Amino acid sequence: MNSAIRRPSEVPDDQVPLDVRNVTKRFRRRGRGQSQPGPGGRRRTYHTAVHSVSFRMRPQEIYGVIGANGSGKSSLIRILSTLIIPDEGDVLIFGRDALRSPASVRPLLNRVSADPSFFRAMSALENLLFYGRAYGIAGPLVRRRSLDLLTRLGLEHEAKEPMTELSRGQQQKVAVARAFLTGPRLMLLDEPTTGLDPRSKRTVQSFISDVRRDGVAILLTTHDMEEADQLCDRLAFLAGGRIVAEGTSEELRAHVAGSTTRNADDVDMEDVFMAFTGRSIEEDEEEPESREELQNDTA
Amino acid sequence: MTQLEDVVRLPAPRRVALGWAFFERQTNLWKRYWAWEVVWVVYGVVNTLAITFIAKEASHGGLIRPGEVSRLTLFLLIGTLTWAYLSAVLDDMSLVITWERWEGTIEHTFMTPVSRTIHLIGMSVFGVVHATIRTAVIMACALPFFDINFSHVNWTEVVAVIAIGSVSLVGLGILTGILPMLYPERGVQMSFMVQALVLLVSGVYYGIDVLPGWLQAASHLSPATFMLNGVRAAMLNGAGFGSEGRTLLILAIFGLVMVPSSLVVFAAAERWAKKTGRLKRQG
Ligand SMILES: Nc1ncnc2c1ncn2[C@@H]1O[C@H](COP(=O)(O)OP(=O)(O)OP(=O)(O)O)[C@@H](O)[C@H]1O
Ligand SMILES: [Mg+2]
Repeated sequence: MNSAIRRPSEVPDDQVPLDVRNVTKRFRRRGRGQSQPGPGGRRRTYHTAVHSVSFRMRPQEIYGVIGANGSGKSSLIRILSTLIIPDEGDVLIFGRDALRSPASVRPLLNRVSADPSFFRAMSALENLLFYGRAYGIAGPLVRRRSLDLLTRLGLEHEAKEPMTELSRGQQQKVAVARAFLTGPRLMLLDEPTTGLDPRSKRTVQSFISDVRRDGVAILLTTHDMEEADQLCDRLAFLAGGRIVAEGTSEELRAHVAGSTTRNADDVDMEDVFMAFTGRSIEEDEEEPESREELQNDTA
Repeated sequence: MTQLEDVVRLPAPRRVALGWAFFERQTNLWKRYWAWEVVWVVYGVVNTLAITFIAKEASHGGLIRPGEVSRLTLFLLIGTLTWAYLSAVLDDMSLVITWERWEGTIEHTFMTPVSRTIHLIGMSVFGVVHATIRTAVIMACALPFFDINFSHVNWTEVVAVIAIGSVSLVGLGILTGILPMLYPERGVQMSFMVQALVLLVSGVYYGIDVLPGWLQAASHLSPATFMLNGVRAAMLNGAGFGSEGRTLLILAIFGLVMVPSSLVVFAAAERWAKKTGRLKRQG
Protein backbone atom coordinates (compact mmCIF):
# COMPACT_ATOMS: atom_id res chain seq x y z
CA MET A 1 0.00 0.00 0.00
CA ASN A 2 2.75 2.42 0.94
CA SER A 3 3.87 2.64 -2.65
CA ALA A 4 0.45 3.91 -3.67
CA ILE A 5 0.13 6.54 -1.00
CA ARG A 6 2.01 9.77 -1.01
CA ARG A 7 1.96 11.63 2.25
CA PRO A 8 2.49 15.35 2.25
CA SER A 9 5.20 15.47 4.87
CA GLU A 10 4.44 18.97 6.14
CA VAL A 11 1.70 17.61 8.41
CA PRO A 12 2.78 15.98 11.68
CA ASP A 13 1.12 12.64 12.44
CA ASP A 14 -0.20 13.65 15.85
CA GLN A 15 -2.02 16.80 14.72
CA VAL A 16 -5.81 16.96 14.93
CA PRO A 17 -6.96 16.11 11.40
CA LEU A 18 -10.29 17.85 11.59
CA ASP A 19 -11.76 20.34 14.00
CA VAL A 20 -15.28 21.53 13.18
CA ARG A 21 -16.62 24.36 15.31
CA ASN A 22 -20.23 25.50 15.31
CA VAL A 23 -20.75 25.12 11.60
CA THR A 24 -24.14 26.18 10.26
CA LYS A 25 -25.37 26.21 6.69
CA ARG A 26 -28.76 27.42 5.50
CA PHE A 27 -30.04 27.01 1.97
CA ARG A 28 -32.73 29.06 0.33
CA ARG A 29 -35.82 27.05 -0.32
CA ARG A 30 -38.90 27.49 -2.42
CA GLY A 31 -41.23 25.38 -0.31
CA ARG A 32 -41.22 24.36 3.33
CA GLY A 33 -38.60 25.68 5.72
CA GLN A 34 -37.82 28.27 8.32
CA SER A 35 -38.77 31.78 7.46
CA GLN A 36 -36.09 34.29 8.28
CA PRO A 37 -35.38 37.85 7.31
CA GLY A 38 -32.99 37.64 4.40
CA PRO A 39 -30.54 40.28 3.21
CA GLY A 40 -32.21 43.65 2.79
CA GLY A 41 -34.94 42.79 5.27
CA ARG A 42 -36.81 40.68 2.73
CA ARG A 43 -38.42 37.57 4.11
CA ARG A 44 -37.17 34.39 2.54
CA THR A 45 -37.59 30.74 3.26
CA TYR A 46 -34.48 28.98 4.48
CA HIS A 47 -33.71 25.41 5.29
CA THR A 48 -30.97 24.70 7.79
CA ALA A 49 -29.04 21.75 6.36
CA VAL A 50 -26.23 21.86 8.94
CA HIS A 51 -27.01 23.25 12.37
CA SER A 52 -24.25 24.31 14.82
CA VAL A 53 -22.20 21.19 14.20
CA SER A 54 -19.04 20.78 16.26
CA PHE A 55 -16.76 17.80 16.57
CA ARG A 56 -13.09 16.98 16.56
CA MET A 57 -11.47 13.99 14.95
CA ARG A 58 -8.46 12.23 16.42
CA PRO A 59 -5.35 11.38 14.46
CA GLN A 60 -5.84 8.37 12.19
CA GLU A 61 -9.38 7.92 13.35
CA ILE A 62 -12.28 6.60 11.28
CA TYR A 63 -15.14 8.84 12.27
CA GLY A 64 -18.61 7.86 11.15
CA VAL A 65 -21.40 10.33 10.44
CA ILE A 66 -24.75 8.60 10.45
CA GLY A 67 -28.17 10.02 9.75
CA ALA A 68 -31.39 9.66 7.83
CA ASN A 69 -31.75 10.87 4.25
CA GLY A 70 -31.59 14.63 4.16
CA SER A 71 -30.05 14.95 7.63
CA GLY A 72 -27.15 16.99 6.27
CA LYS A 73 -24.32 14.46 5.89
CA SER A 74 -23.41 15.34 2.33
CA SER A 75 -23.77 19.05 3.01
CA LEU A 76 -21.33 18.71 5.89
CA ILE A 77 -18.89 16.82 3.68
CA ARG A 78 -19.18 19.48 0.98
CA ILE A 79 -18.36 22.15 3.53
CA LEU A 80 -15.26 20.22 4.61
CA SER A 81 -14.33 19.75 0.94
CA THR A 82 -14.27 23.55 0.40
CA LEU A 83 -17.21 23.21 -2.03
CA ILE A 84 -19.80 24.93 0.12
CA ILE A 85 -19.06 27.99 2.21
CA PRO A 86 -20.97 27.81 5.52
CA ASP A 87 -22.80 30.76 7.03
CA GLU A 88 -21.20 30.36 10.43
CA GLY A 89 -18.46 28.43 12.14
CA ASP A 90 -14.89 27.34 11.60
CA VAL A 91 -13.25 24.35 9.99
CA LEU A 92 -9.65 23.52 10.79
CA ILE A 93 -7.96 20.76 8.83
CA PHE A 94 -4.59 19.81 10.34
CA GLY A 95 -4.66 23.21 11.96
CA ARG A 96 -5.18 25.05 8.69
CA ASP A 97 -8.20 27.27 8.21
CA ALA A 98 -10.28 25.59 5.51
CA LEU A 99 -12.69 28.49 5.14
CA ARG A 100 -10.27 31.39 4.97
CA SER A 101 -7.54 29.66 3.01
CA PRO A 102 -9.11 26.71 1.21
CA ALA A 103 -6.09 26.39 -1.08
CA SER A 104 -3.94 25.42 1.90
CA VAL A 105 -6.06 22.39 2.81
CA ARG A 106 -6.93 21.04 -0.63
CA PRO A 107 -3.69 19.07 -1.09
CA LEU A 108 -4.46 17.26 2.18
CA LEU A 109 -7.98 16.21 1.21
CA ASN A 110 -9.83 13.96 -1.11
CA ARG A 111 -13.33 12.62 -1.28
CA VAL A 112 -15.47 9.82 -2.59
CA SER A 113 -19.04 10.87 -3.21
CA ALA A 114 -22.14 8.74 -3.37
CA ASP A 115 -22.26 8.93 -7.14
CA PRO A 116 -19.04 8.20 -9.00
CA SER A 117 -18.63 11.09 -11.44
CA PHE A 118 -16.12 10.86 -14.24
CA PHE A 119 -15.50 12.04 -17.76
CA ARG A 120 -17.53 9.20 -19.18
CA ALA A 121 -15.94 8.90 -22.59
CA MET A 122 -12.45 8.71 -21.13
CA SER A 123 -10.96 5.56 -19.66
CA ALA A 124 -10.42 5.02 -15.95
CA LEU A 125 -6.72 5.54 -16.48
CA GLU A 126 -7.20 8.81 -18.38
CA ASN A 127 -9.50 10.09 -15.66
CA LEU A 128 -7.01 9.16 -12.96
CA LEU A 129 -4.21 10.72 -14.99
CA PHE A 130 -6.05 14.02 -15.07
CA TYR A 131 -6.86 14.06 -11.36
CA GLY A 132 -3.38 12.90 -10.38
CA ARG A 133 -1.77 15.64 -12.45
CA ALA A 134 -4.15 18.21 -11.03
CA TYR A 135 -2.69 17.39 -7.60
CA GLY A 136 0.76 18.05 -8.98
CA ILE A 137 1.91 14.44 -9.36
CA ALA A 138 4.05 13.65 -12.41
CA GLY A 139 2.38 11.66 -15.21
CA PRO A 140 4.47 8.46 -15.09
CA LEU A 141 4.04 8.26 -11.32
CA VAL A 142 0.28 8.75 -11.63
CA ARG A 143 0.10 5.94 -14.16
CA ARG A 144 2.07 3.59 -11.97
CA ARG A 145 0.03 4.35 -8.86
CA SER A 146 -3.24 4.19 -10.76
CA LEU A 147 -2.53 0.73 -12.11
CA ASP A 148 -1.45 -0.38 -8.66
CA LEU A 149 -4.66 0.92 -7.06
CA LEU A 150 -6.93 -0.42 -9.80
CA THR A 151 -5.30 -3.83 -9.47
CA ARG A 152 -5.82 -3.84 -5.72
CA LEU A 153 -9.47 -3.07 -6.34
CA GLY A 154 -9.75 -5.84 -8.93
CA LEU A 155 -10.07 -3.58 -11.97
CA GLU A 156 -6.81 -4.20 -13.81
CA HIS A 157 -8.66 -5.35 -16.94
CA GLU A 158 -11.00 -2.38 -17.06
CA ALA A 159 -8.32 0.31 -16.70
CA LYS A 160 -8.34 1.28 -20.36
CA GLU A 161 -12.05 0.90 -21.06
CA PRO A 162 -14.16 4.04 -21.36
CA MET A 163 -15.98 4.69 -18.09
CA THR A 164 -19.33 4.14 -19.81
CA GLU A 165 -18.41 0.47 -20.25
CA LEU A 166 -18.01 -0.02 -16.49
CA SER A 167 -20.82 -0.97 -14.15
CA ARG A 168 -21.84 1.46 -11.43
CA GLY A 169 -20.04 -0.57 -8.79
CA GLN A 170 -16.88 -0.68 -10.89
CA GLN A 171 -17.08 3.06 -11.36
CA GLN A 172 -17.43 3.47 -7.62
CA LYS A 173 -14.20 1.54 -7.16
CA VAL A 174 -12.46 3.82 -9.66
CA ALA A 175 -13.74 6.71 -7.55
CA VAL A 176 -12.09 5.12 -4.51
CA ALA A 177 -8.87 4.79 -6.52
CA ARG A 178 -9.10 8.44 -7.59
CA ALA A 179 -9.46 9.56 -4.01
CA PHE A 180 -6.52 7.58 -2.65
CA LEU A 181 -4.30 8.26 -5.65
CA THR A 182 -3.30 11.67 -4.33
CA GLY A 183 -2.21 10.48 -0.90
CA PRO A 184 -4.71 12.49 1.16
CA ARG A 185 -4.27 12.88 4.92
CA LEU A 186 -7.97 13.42 5.52
CA MET A 187 -10.33 11.33 3.44
CA LEU A 188 -14.00 12.21 3.16
CA LEU A 189 -16.05 9.18 2.19
CA ASP A 190 -19.70 9.87 1.42
CA GLU A 191 -21.42 6.49 1.18
CA PRO A 192 -18.44 4.86 -0.55
CA THR A 193 -19.96 1.36 -0.53
CA THR A 194 -23.51 2.18 -1.63
CA GLY A 195 -24.40 0.09 -4.66
CA LEU A 196 -21.53 -2.35 -4.33
CA ASP A 197 -22.06 -6.12 -4.29
CA PRO A 198 -21.08 -7.88 -1.05
CA ARG A 199 -17.65 -8.91 -2.28
CA SER A 200 -16.81 -5.48 -3.71
CA LYS A 201 -18.05 -3.96 -0.48
CA ARG A 202 -15.59 -6.14 1.44
CA THR A 203 -12.78 -5.15 -0.90
CA VAL A 204 -13.46 -1.46 -0.39
CA GLN A 205 -13.93 -1.85 3.36
CA SER A 206 -10.67 -3.70 3.83
CA PHE A 207 -9.03 -1.11 1.61
CA ILE A 208 -10.30 1.58 3.95
CA SER A 209 -8.97 -0.14 7.08
CA ASP A 210 -5.66 -0.66 5.31
CA VAL A 211 -5.10 2.97 4.49
CA ARG A 212 -6.01 4.01 8.00
CA ARG A 213 -2.98 2.02 9.11
CA ASP A 214 -0.96 4.31 6.84
CA GLY A 215 -2.00 7.27 8.93
CA VAL A 216 -4.97 8.62 6.98
CA ALA A 217 -7.86 10.04 8.99
CA ILE A 218 -11.22 9.11 7.52
CA LEU A 219 -14.64 10.66 7.83
CA LEU A 220 -17.23 8.21 6.61
CA THR A 221 -20.95 8.41 6.02
CA THR A 222 -22.94 5.27 5.44
CA HIS A 223 -26.43 3.86 5.68
CA ASP A 224 -24.99 0.44 6.43
CA MET A 225 -25.06 0.10 10.22
CA GLU A 226 -22.89 -3.00 10.22
CA GLU A 227 -20.25 -1.15 8.23
CA ALA A 228 -20.43 1.77 10.63
CA ASP A 229 -20.05 -0.55 13.58
CA GLN A 230 -17.11 -2.43 12.13
CA LEU A 231 -15.13 0.35 10.53
CA CYS A 232 -15.65 3.41 12.68
CA ASP A 233 -13.85 4.23 15.89
CA ARG A 234 -16.51 6.74 16.83
CA LEU A 235 -19.87 7.68 15.42
CA ALA A 236 -21.87 10.89 15.32
CA PHE A 237 -25.60 10.83 14.66
CA LEU A 238 -26.98 13.69 12.64
CA ALA A 239 -30.66 14.60 12.69
CA GLY A 240 -32.05 17.72 11.12
CA GLY A 241 -28.50 18.98 10.61
CA ARG A 242 -27.58 18.69 14.31
CA ILE A 243 -25.34 16.19 16.02
CA VAL A 244 -27.67 14.42 18.45
CA ALA A 245 -25.23 11.81 19.75
CA GLU A 246 -21.54 11.00 19.56
CA GLY A 247 -19.49 8.09 20.85
CA THR A 248 -18.16 4.61 20.21
CA SER A 249 -20.73 2.07 19.10
CA GLU A 250 -20.54 0.44 22.57
CA GLU A 251 -21.21 3.73 24.29
CA LEU A 252 -24.12 4.49 21.99
CA ARG A 253 -25.61 1.03 22.42
CA ALA A 254 -25.28 1.31 26.18
CA HIS A 255 -26.94 4.70 26.08
CA VAL A 256 -29.90 3.40 24.07
CA ALA A 257 -30.13 0.34 26.30
CA GLY A 258 -30.19 2.57 29.34
CA SER A 259 -33.01 4.72 28.05
CA THR A 260 -35.14 1.73 27.06
CA THR A 261 -34.30 -0.55 29.98
CA ARG A 262 -32.99 -3.18 27.56
CA ASN A 263 -29.79 -5.16 27.82
CA ALA A 264 -26.94 -3.51 25.90
CA ASP A 265 -26.19 -6.81 24.17
CA ASP A 266 -29.70 -6.92 22.71
CA VAL A 267 -29.41 -3.48 21.20
CA ASP A 268 -27.94 -3.46 17.68
CA MET A 269 -26.84 -0.50 15.62
CA GLU A 270 -30.14 -0.32 13.77
CA ASP A 271 -31.86 0.17 17.11
CA VAL A 272 -29.38 2.91 17.85
CA PHE A 273 -30.14 4.50 14.48
CA MET A 274 -33.88 4.40 15.15
CA ALA A 275 -33.42 5.78 18.62
CA PHE A 276 -31.31 8.74 17.57
CA THR A 277 -32.81 9.63 14.21
CA GLY A 278 -36.42 8.46 14.38
CA ARG A 279 -37.62 10.80 17.07
CA SER A 280 -35.51 13.67 15.91
CA ILE A 281 -36.91 13.61 12.40
CA GLU A 282 -40.36 14.43 13.70
CA GLU A 283 -38.88 16.94 16.06
CA ASP A 284 -37.02 18.52 13.18
CA GLU A 285 -39.96 18.67 10.86
CA GLU A 286 -42.43 20.19 13.27
CA GLU A 287 -41.29 21.64 16.54
CA PRO A 288 -38.04 23.52 15.94
CA GLU A 289 -39.25 25.07 12.73
CA SER A 290 -42.43 26.45 14.15
CA ARG A 291 -40.60 27.44 17.30
CA GLU A 292 -37.93 29.37 15.44
CA GLU A 293 -40.49 30.92 13.21
CA LEU A 294 -42.29 32.25 16.27
CA GLN A 295 -39.08 33.68 17.69
CA ASN A 296 -38.21 35.31 14.42
CA ASP A 297 -41.63 36.75 13.92
CA THR A 298 -41.69 38.35 17.34
CA ALA A 299 -38.10 39.57 17.07
CA MET B 1 -6.74 37.97 -4.80
CA THR B 2 -5.13 35.07 -2.99
CA GLN B 3 -5.57 32.90 -6.08
CA LEU B 4 -3.28 34.98 -8.22
CA GLU B 5 -0.73 35.08 -5.40
CA ASP B 6 -0.75 31.29 -5.22
CA VAL B 7 -0.10 31.09 -8.92
CA VAL B 8 2.82 33.46 -8.72
CA ARG B 9 4.36 31.57 -5.79
CA LEU B 10 4.59 28.27 -7.68
CA PRO B 11 7.71 27.67 -9.74
CA ALA B 12 7.03 28.02 -13.47
CA PRO B 13 7.46 24.35 -14.46
CA ARG B 14 4.90 23.31 -11.84
CA ARG B 15 2.42 25.87 -13.16
CA VAL B 16 2.89 24.53 -16.65
CA ALA B 17 2.46 20.95 -15.42
CA LEU B 18 -0.81 21.82 -13.69
CA GLY B 19 -2.13 23.66 -16.74
CA TRP B 20 -1.06 20.71 -18.86
CA ALA B 21 -3.42 18.48 -16.86
CA PHE B 22 -6.32 20.36 -18.41
CA PHE B 23 -4.84 20.54 -21.89
CA GLU B 24 -4.20 16.81 -21.87
CA ARG B 25 -7.67 16.05 -20.54
CA GLN B 26 -9.32 18.12 -23.27
CA THR B 27 -7.19 16.39 -25.88
CA ASN B 28 -8.29 12.99 -24.57
CA LEU B 29 -11.92 14.10 -24.63
CA TRP B 30 -11.51 15.50 -28.10
CA LYS B 31 -10.11 12.17 -29.33
CA ARG B 32 -13.11 10.32 -27.92
CA TYR B 33 -15.58 12.76 -29.40
CA TRP B 34 -13.89 13.01 -32.82
CA ALA B 35 -17.24 12.55 -34.57
CA TRP B 36 -18.33 15.91 -33.19
CA GLU B 37 -15.20 17.50 -34.56
CA VAL B 38 -16.09 16.13 -37.99
CA VAL B 39 -19.55 17.66 -37.64
CA TRP B 40 -18.12 21.07 -36.75
CA VAL B 41 -15.58 21.01 -39.56
CA VAL B 42 -18.21 20.04 -42.13
CA TYR B 43 -20.51 22.72 -40.78
CA GLY B 44 -17.67 25.24 -40.91
CA VAL B 45 -16.75 24.37 -44.50
CA VAL B 46 -20.36 24.52 -45.68
CA ASN B 47 -20.91 27.80 -43.89
CA THR B 48 -17.74 29.27 -45.40
CA LEU B 49 -18.74 28.21 -48.90
CA ALA B 50 -22.34 29.33 -48.52
CA ILE B 51 -21.33 32.82 -47.49
CA THR B 52 -18.35 33.25 -49.79
CA PHE B 53 -20.38 32.28 -52.88
CA ILE B 54 -22.35 35.47 -52.26
CA ALA B 55 -19.42 37.26 -53.91
CA LYS B 56 -19.93 35.33 -57.14
CA GLU B 57 -23.64 35.97 -57.03
CA ALA B 58 -23.04 39.67 -56.58
CA SER B 59 -20.96 39.75 -59.74
CA HIS B 60 -23.44 37.60 -61.73
CA GLY B 61 -26.29 39.82 -60.65
CA GLY B 62 -24.34 42.89 -61.72
CA LEU B 63 -24.15 44.30 -58.19
CA ILE B 64 -20.35 44.60 -58.40
CA ARG B 65 -17.88 44.82 -61.27
CA PRO B 66 -16.07 41.56 -62.22
CA GLY B 67 -12.79 43.11 -61.12
CA GLU B 68 -14.12 43.38 -57.56
CA VAL B 69 -15.12 39.74 -57.14
CA SER B 70 -11.77 38.62 -55.82
CA ARG B 71 -11.76 41.38 -53.20
CA LEU B 72 -15.31 40.68 -52.02
CA THR B 73 -14.57 36.95 -51.92
CA LEU B 74 -11.58 37.57 -49.70
CA PHE B 75 -13.60 40.00 -47.56
CA LEU B 76 -16.28 37.38 -46.92
CA LEU B 77 -13.74 34.62 -46.45
CA ILE B 78 -11.98 36.66 -43.79
CA GLY B 79 -15.35 37.08 -42.05
CA THR B 80 -16.31 33.41 -42.06
CA LEU B 81 -12.89 32.13 -41.06
CA THR B 82 -12.38 34.70 -38.33
CA TRP B 83 -15.83 33.87 -37.03
CA ALA B 84 -15.08 30.13 -37.19
CA TYR B 85 -12.00 30.79 -35.08
CA LEU B 86 -13.72 33.13 -32.66
CA SER B 87 -16.71 30.93 -32.06
CA ALA B 88 -14.51 27.86 -31.61
CA VAL B 89 -12.60 29.61 -28.81
CA LEU B 90 -15.78 30.94 -27.20
CA ASP B 91 -17.50 27.54 -27.48
CA ASP B 92 -14.66 25.75 -25.77
CA MET B 93 -14.55 28.31 -22.99
CA SER B 94 -18.30 28.32 -22.46
CA LEU B 95 -18.00 24.58 -21.79
CA VAL B 96 -15.54 25.05 -18.91
CA ILE B 97 -18.34 24.70 -16.37
CA THR B 98 -21.09 23.19 -18.49
CA TRP B 99 -19.21 20.12 -19.54
CA GLU B 100 -18.22 19.27 -15.98
CA ARG B 101 -21.80 19.72 -14.89
CA TRP B 102 -22.95 17.22 -17.51
CA GLU B 103 -20.37 14.74 -16.35
CA GLY B 104 -20.91 15.53 -12.69
CA THR B 105 -17.17 16.03 -12.21
CA ILE B 106 -17.27 19.71 -11.30
CA GLU B 107 -16.97 19.15 -7.56
CA HIS B 108 -14.00 16.86 -7.95
CA THR B 109 -12.26 19.29 -10.25
CA PHE B 110 -12.94 22.21 -7.93
CA MET B 111 -11.50 20.26 -5.00
CA THR B 112 -8.12 19.83 -6.66
CA PRO B 113 -5.40 22.21 -5.48
CA VAL B 114 -5.06 23.77 -8.95
CA SER B 115 -5.80 27.48 -8.76
CA ARG B 116 -8.67 28.65 -10.93
CA THR B 117 -6.26 30.88 -12.84
CA ILE B 118 -4.13 27.96 -13.97
CA HIS B 119 -7.23 25.87 -14.64
CA LEU B 120 -8.71 28.54 -16.90
CA ILE B 121 -5.45 29.33 -18.63
CA GLY B 122 -4.93 25.62 -19.37
CA MET B 123 -8.42 25.44 -20.84
CA SER B 124 -7.83 28.62 -22.87
CA VAL B 125 -4.59 27.39 -24.37
CA PHE B 126 -6.40 24.25 -25.46
CA GLY B 127 -9.25 26.36 -26.86
CA VAL B 128 -6.87 28.50 -28.91
CA VAL B 129 -4.93 25.52 -30.28
CA HIS B 130 -8.14 23.65 -31.01
CA ALA B 131 -9.67 26.65 -32.79
CA THR B 132 -6.51 27.22 -34.82
CA ILE B 133 -6.45 23.63 -36.06
CA ARG B 134 -10.16 23.60 -36.85
CA THR B 135 -10.00 26.91 -38.72
CA ALA B 136 -6.94 25.81 -40.70
CA VAL B 137 -8.76 22.64 -41.79
CA ILE B 138 -11.86 24.61 -42.78
CA MET B 139 -9.71 27.05 -44.72
CA ALA B 140 -7.84 24.25 -46.50
CA CYS B 141 -11.14 22.67 -47.55
CA ALA B 142 -12.73 25.93 -48.71
CA LEU B 143 -9.86 27.53 -50.65
CA PRO B 144 -9.96 25.26 -53.73
CA PHE B 145 -13.45 26.60 -54.48
CA PHE B 146 -12.26 30.14 -55.05
CA ASP B 147 -9.65 31.91 -57.03
CA ILE B 148 -8.06 34.28 -54.56
CA ASN B 149 -4.92 36.29 -54.93
CA PHE B 150 -2.95 36.29 -51.64
CA SER B 151 0.11 38.03 -53.05
CA HIS B 152 -0.38 41.30 -51.17
CA VAL B 153 -1.28 39.75 -47.80
CA ASN B 154 0.95 40.70 -44.89
CA TRP B 155 0.96 37.35 -43.06
CA THR B 156 3.10 38.48 -40.13
CA GLU B 157 0.54 41.16 -39.37
CA VAL B 158 -2.31 38.64 -39.67
CA VAL B 159 -0.65 36.30 -37.19
CA ALA B 160 0.12 39.20 -34.83
CA VAL B 161 -3.48 40.43 -34.85
CA ILE B 162 -4.89 36.95 -34.23
CA ALA B 163 -2.35 36.11 -31.54
CA ILE B 164 -2.83 39.34 -29.61
CA GLY B 165 -6.58 39.36 -30.22
CA SER B 166 -6.89 35.81 -28.89
CA VAL B 167 -5.85 36.98 -25.44
CA SER B 168 -8.88 39.24 -25.15
CA LEU B 169 -11.01 36.53 -26.73
CA VAL B 170 -9.98 34.25 -23.89
CA GLY B 171 -11.12 36.93 -21.44
CA LEU B 172 -14.47 37.09 -23.18
CA GLY B 173 -14.65 33.29 -23.18
CA ILE B 174 -14.01 33.12 -19.43
CA LEU B 175 -16.78 35.66 -18.87
CA THR B 176 -19.31 33.66 -20.88
CA GLY B 177 -18.14 30.48 -19.16
CA ILE B 178 -19.28 31.97 -15.85
CA LEU B 179 -22.93 32.11 -16.89
CA PRO B 180 -23.54 28.36 -16.56
CA MET B 181 -22.10 28.49 -13.04
CA LEU B 182 -24.58 31.16 -12.00
CA TYR B 183 -27.54 29.75 -13.93
CA PRO B 184 -27.33 25.97 -14.02
CA GLU B 185 -30.39 25.66 -16.23
CA ARG B 186 -30.21 28.63 -18.59
CA GLY B 187 -26.51 29.46 -18.55
CA VAL B 188 -25.64 27.68 -21.79
CA GLN B 189 -28.38 29.43 -23.73
CA MET B 190 -27.20 32.73 -22.29
CA SER B 191 -23.64 32.19 -23.46
CA PHE B 192 -24.95 31.43 -26.97
CA MET B 193 -26.79 34.73 -26.89
CA VAL B 194 -23.62 36.55 -25.94
CA GLN B 195 -21.93 34.93 -28.95
CA ALA B 196 -24.77 35.98 -31.24
CA LEU B 197 -24.45 39.57 -30.02
CA VAL B 198 -20.71 39.54 -30.64
CA LEU B 199 -21.43 38.30 -34.16
CA LEU B 200 -23.82 41.16 -34.80
CA VAL B 201 -21.86 44.08 -33.37
CA SER B 202 -18.36 43.08 -34.46
CA GLY B 203 -19.08 43.44 -38.17
CA VAL B 204 -18.09 39.98 -39.26
CA TYR B 205 -19.57 40.20 -42.76
CA TYR B 206 -19.70 43.99 -43.06
CA GLY B 207 -17.84 47.02 -41.81
CA ILE B 208 -19.37 48.31 -38.58
CA ASP B 209 -20.10 51.68 -40.23
CA VAL B 210 -23.21 50.11 -41.81
CA LEU B 211 -24.67 49.58 -38.33
CA PRO B 212 -26.98 52.10 -36.64
CA GLY B 213 -25.11 54.47 -34.35
CA TRP B 214 -26.12 52.88 -31.06
CA LEU B 215 -24.95 49.46 -32.25
CA GLN B 216 -21.67 50.97 -33.41
CA ALA B 217 -21.11 52.12 -29.85
CA ALA B 218 -21.42 48.49 -28.75
CA SER B 219 -19.02 47.45 -31.53
CA HIS B 220 -16.21 49.27 -29.80
CA LEU B 221 -16.68 47.13 -26.70
CA SER B 222 -16.04 43.94 -28.65
CA PRO B 223 -12.41 42.98 -29.22
CA ALA B 224 -13.61 41.00 -32.25
CA THR B 225 -14.30 44.28 -34.04
CA PHE B 226 -10.65 45.24 -33.81
CA MET B 227 -9.47 41.76 -34.68
CA LEU B 228 -11.51 41.84 -37.86
CA ASN B 229 -10.29 45.33 -38.71
CA GLY B 230 -6.71 44.25 -38.25
CA VAL B 231 -7.05 41.05 -40.27
CA ARG B 232 -8.83 42.88 -43.08
CA ALA B 233 -6.25 45.63 -43.24
CA ALA B 234 -3.44 43.08 -43.39
CA MET B 235 -5.10 40.77 -45.90
CA LEU B 236 -6.91 43.18 -48.19
CA ASN B 237 -4.45 46.07 -48.13
CA GLY B 238 -1.27 44.42 -46.95
CA ALA B 239 -1.09 46.80 -44.01
CA GLY B 240 1.79 46.23 -41.59
CA PHE B 241 2.72 47.11 -38.02
CA GLY B 242 3.32 50.69 -39.01
CA SER B 243 -0.22 51.53 -40.06
CA GLU B 244 -1.94 48.92 -37.92
CA GLY B 245 0.04 49.54 -34.74
CA ARG B 246 -2.98 51.25 -33.23
CA THR B 247 -5.19 48.17 -33.75
CA LEU B 248 -2.57 45.97 -32.14
CA LEU B 249 -2.25 48.35 -29.23
CA ILE B 250 -6.03 48.40 -28.70
CA LEU B 251 -6.16 44.61 -28.82
CA ALA B 252 -3.30 44.39 -26.34
CA ILE B 253 -5.13 46.73 -23.96
CA PHE B 254 -8.32 44.68 -24.33
CA GLY B 255 -6.36 41.58 -23.40
CA LEU B 256 -4.59 43.20 -20.46
CA VAL B 257 -7.88 44.41 -19.05
CA MET B 258 -10.18 41.53 -19.91
CA VAL B 259 -8.15 38.53 -18.79
CA PRO B 260 -7.46 39.67 -15.21
CA SER B 261 -10.94 41.12 -14.79
CA SER B 262 -12.61 37.97 -16.11
CA LEU B 263 -10.55 35.94 -13.62
CA VAL B 264 -11.66 38.21 -10.80
CA VAL B 265 -15.30 37.95 -11.86
CA PHE B 266 -14.97 34.18 -12.18
CA ALA B 267 -13.57 33.94 -8.65
CA ALA B 268 -16.43 36.06 -7.31
CA ALA B 269 -19.00 33.93 -9.15
CA GLU B 270 -17.39 30.78 -7.82
CA ARG B 271 -17.55 32.10 -4.29
CA TRP B 272 -21.20 32.96 -4.73
CA ALA B 273 -21.94 29.51 -6.15
CA LYS B 274 -20.25 27.96 -3.12
CA LYS B 275 -22.28 30.11 -0.77
CA THR B 276 -25.60 29.26 -2.38
CA GLY B 277 -24.78 25.59 -2.99
CA ARG B 278 -25.08 25.93 -6.74
CA LEU B 279 -21.91 24.12 -7.75
CA LYS B 280 -23.76 20.88 -7.88
CA ARG B 281 -26.87 19.48 -6.30
CA GLN B 282 -26.94 15.73 -5.99
CA GLY B 283 -26.30 12.92 -3.49
N1 LIG C 1 -27.10 22.98 -2.61
C1 LIG C 1 -28.24 22.90 -1.94
N2 LIG C 1 -29.24 23.79 -2.15
C2 LIG C 1 -30.39 23.70 -1.46
N3 LIG C 1 -30.66 22.77 -0.53
C3 LIG C 1 -29.72 21.85 -0.27
C4 LIG C 1 -28.47 21.86 -0.95
N4 LIG C 1 -27.73 20.83 -0.50
C5 LIG C 1 -28.48 20.21 0.43
N5 LIG C 1 -29.68 20.81 0.57
C6 LIG C 1 -30.74 20.40 1.50
O1 LIG C 1 -30.13 20.14 2.75
C7 LIG C 1 -30.67 18.98 3.35
C8 LIG C 1 -29.57 18.00 3.66
O2 LIG C 1 -29.11 17.43 2.43
P1 LIG C 1 -27.88 16.43 2.37
O3 LIG C 1 -27.64 16.11 0.96
O4 LIG C 1 -26.77 17.02 3.14
O5 LIG C 1 -28.45 15.16 3.15
P2 LIG C 1 -27.81 13.72 3.37
O6 LIG C 1 -27.75 13.51 4.84
O7 LIG C 1 -26.54 13.59 2.63
O8 LIG C 1 -28.91 12.77 2.75
P3 LIG C 1 -28.74 11.35 1.98
O9 LIG C 1 -28.65 10.32 3.04
O10 LIG C 1 -30.02 11.23 1.24
O11 LIG C 1 -27.56 11.44 1.10
C9 LIG C 1 -31.71 18.45 2.39
O12 LIG C 1 -32.97 18.86 2.87
C10 LIG C 1 -31.39 19.11 1.08
O13 LIG C 1 -32.53 19.35 0.33
MG1 LIG D 1 -25.85 12.38 1.02
